[in-house]
Amino acid sequence: MAAQPLVHGPQPPADLLLRDVHVLDPRSGLDARHDVCVRGGAIAELAAPATLEAEADQELIDGGGRLRLLPALFDPHVHLRTPGQEHKEDLQSGTRAAAAGGYAGVLAMPNTDPVLDSAPLLRSLRDAAAREACISIGFLPAITRGLQGEQLTEMAELRQEGAVGFTDDGRPVQSAGMLRKALQYQRLCGGVLALHEEDRTLSRGGCMHEGVVSAALGLSGIPTLSESTMVARDAALAGYEDARVHFQHLSCADSVAAVAQAKARGYRVSAEVTPHHLLLTEQDVRGMDTRMKMHPPLATEGDRLALVEGLRAGTIDCVATDHAPHARDEKEVPFEQAPMGTTGSETAFAALHTGLVLSGVLGLDLLIERMTAGAGLFDLPTALIAPGEPANVMLADLDAVWVAGEHGWESRSENCCFAGRSLTGRVLLTVAAGAAVYRERAFSMAGAP
Amino acid sequence: MNHLLSIEELDRPAIERIVEQATRFSEVSDREIKKVPALRGRMVLNLFYEASTRTRSSFELAAKRLSADVVNFAASGSSVEKGESLKDTVLTLSAHKPDAIVLRTPWAGASELVSKWCSAAIVNAGDGKHEHPTQALLDVYTLRRRLGGIDGASIWIVGDVAHSRVARSNIIAFQRMGARVTLAGPPTLIPRGIEALGCDVRFTLEELPSADVVYALRMQRERMHETWVPSLREYASWYQINGRRLHPRQVLMHPGPVNRGVELSGEVVDSPQAVITAQVEAGVVVRMAVLYELLAGPREPHASARPMTVAGAS
Repeated sequence: MAAQPLVHGPQPPADLLLRDVHVLDPRSGLDARHDVCVRGGAIAELAAPATLEAEADQELIDGGGRLRLLPALFDPHVHLRTPGQEHKEDLQSGTRAAAAGGYAGVLAMPNTDPVLDSAPLLRSLRDAAAREACISIGFLPAITRGLQGEQLTEMAELRQEGAVGFTDDGRPVQSAGMLRKALQYQRLCGGVLALHEEDRTLSRGGCMHEGVVSAALGLSGIPTLSESTMVARDAALAGYEDARVHFQHLSCADSVAAVAQAKARGYRVSAEVTPHHLLLTEQDVRGMDTRMKMHPPLATEGDRLALVEGLRAGTIDCVATDHAPHARDEKEVPFEQAPMGTTGSETAFAALHTGLVLSGVLGLDLLIERMTAGAGLFDLPTALIAPGEPANVMLADLDAVWVAGEHGWESRSENCCFAGRSLTGRVLLTVAAGAAVYRERAFSMAGAP
Repeated sequence: MNHLLSIEELDRPAIERIVEQATRFSEVSDREIKKVPALRGRMVLNLFYEASTRTRSSFELAAKRLSADVVNFAASGSSVEKGESLKDTVLTLSAHKPDAIVLRTPWAGASELVSKWCSAAIVNAGDGKHEHPTQALLDVYTLRRRLGGIDGASIWIVGDVAHSRVARSNIIAFQRMGARVTLAGPPTLIPRGIEALGCDVRFTLEELPSADVVYALRMQRERMHETWVPSLREYASWYQINGRRLHPRQVLMHPGPVNRGVELSGEVVDSPQAVITAQVEAGVVVRMAVLYELLAGPREPHASARPMTVAGAS
């Protein structure tokens, strides 16, 4: 019998009365004011607004009809940097950052030092998560040993030890023959294969999107076809092997088209997109701010619009942050020398609410659906606001305006591409697996003891 | 002007002001005593992360002719790999209180970064493949002396544009001064999207006779190993500027050092059309003008940072 795929640290179950909050859950069809009673970490009751009274041992939070209660988010793509790079992030700081962003679960990538590619290492990491993580972590070990692209990891044993799926994120599988073997082996062991798509013979040495800005700055460019050709190739492989693959952090219009085509043919593929690819473009790289340096790189406005439309239409199934922390001194170097990546856990919801919902591009219900859908794609339970369900909720003030990073970060790193921007919408409280794991600092609770 | 980080940030009057100041300094170079006391007591630090003889000595000479003290600091590329970051190096050297730092690095944007870390005036002497603004200024100076003016001139920049900071600075500078710029070279060495800078792109030299000025770029031999072109021989047969291709009324420029027999034939290097040694001469007076502009006057306060917005928000 395989181990439970998600692990989190010990947390006391919450007893809360969320009175007169506006509950929005696209899956349970709720979009109205309710009182929500949380008892022993589970949702005990939904009642008409301002009708329930808090019991003596219950914390009362009054939403005044204005605060939103949303299902807690799920992030299928974060880098927790543990083991080996704990100066960037660890299981505790990484899950705290996610909790601050309204997340109740994350999937951690294996490009650690050493690479997460063996069952003993997975076991020790899961043990550490069971002590340190404030929200649920699922681990995606490597597809190939050491991310070298040459030999499969012991995928079946890793699955028994609790691997959610597999990925060579950061150092993608280049050989079609190698990937095909992994897809075939999936029939034995299951587990979604999550693919970072990049043909390294095309992206070689590039540090930003190839286009007018890279030409003007004299920076080596990465053409979008380094991603889109691999999406098309691997979709064909997945179709042929009837395998289940998930395309990570799509960045361009051609990739969206390739995924749409694969889905139209009935292939079992899904895809994610990051907040930064939905909101920023190559123009944001003009100042050579190293926080704007990420893999895949920010592309054109046309690509950005195609990603937004892909997310709206469902070609892209979910939002993932690709939270990629790096220490200050690692990023405080010339652009070409800087490592790839931006943090994103703490700003994802607010940035997308500001950039896409308030501007009328996407409905809040659709955004919440896409920011929670990652769990289901990896065959994990999705947060649901309904009686009897474990409490996985976030309370948000959609009118709150804040400047990203002005009061610091929960993450150990601060390389956030949205730092300094004014965002509207703030997570006040996150309840994950039944425990209140995050409270916004200035958020005071009426009736708190 | 607090720093010279790029040509991009200079408008036409600023370019003209520097070039005119250089003209005044050219008289100093013709004197028996080639020195003026304009920057006496000021310190100029040459910080070079790449091998460079001519640019570094040109800056050194320029500073000395203005009576400034000069310190040369050659940081090998490997010193960074040994552990000291660019920031730490700059902060350490700043303890000597230089008034100006002349910086050459293999990294785009490095001089702009350094300008945020210390109070010295920063002169970009080449940042990766991004810009080499003093080269563009001395090229404008040289061309104005030769042609009288640049307005309306057709200038062809020929060769490895992709790896050339000189090309990028000159495309901007020549256009700001009223010239039309055409880039020519093998398609593998012309970056996609470069025409957004306002220049035309050609992959052959068929229309080269229409040019008033031919600016040949250095073809670096190491590019062969990276398969940018099949061979130097084939490159030369298609793109070498030689006696057959160069018209007597055209002006020939090159940033140096020249690969004779590759981008230029020996005959054109020594031809009357070539202004290559005039460019080297111009280097000193133009760099004198830049140092003078930055150090002789009062320092302006820093411009405030641009406000940031989220794309997609109204």
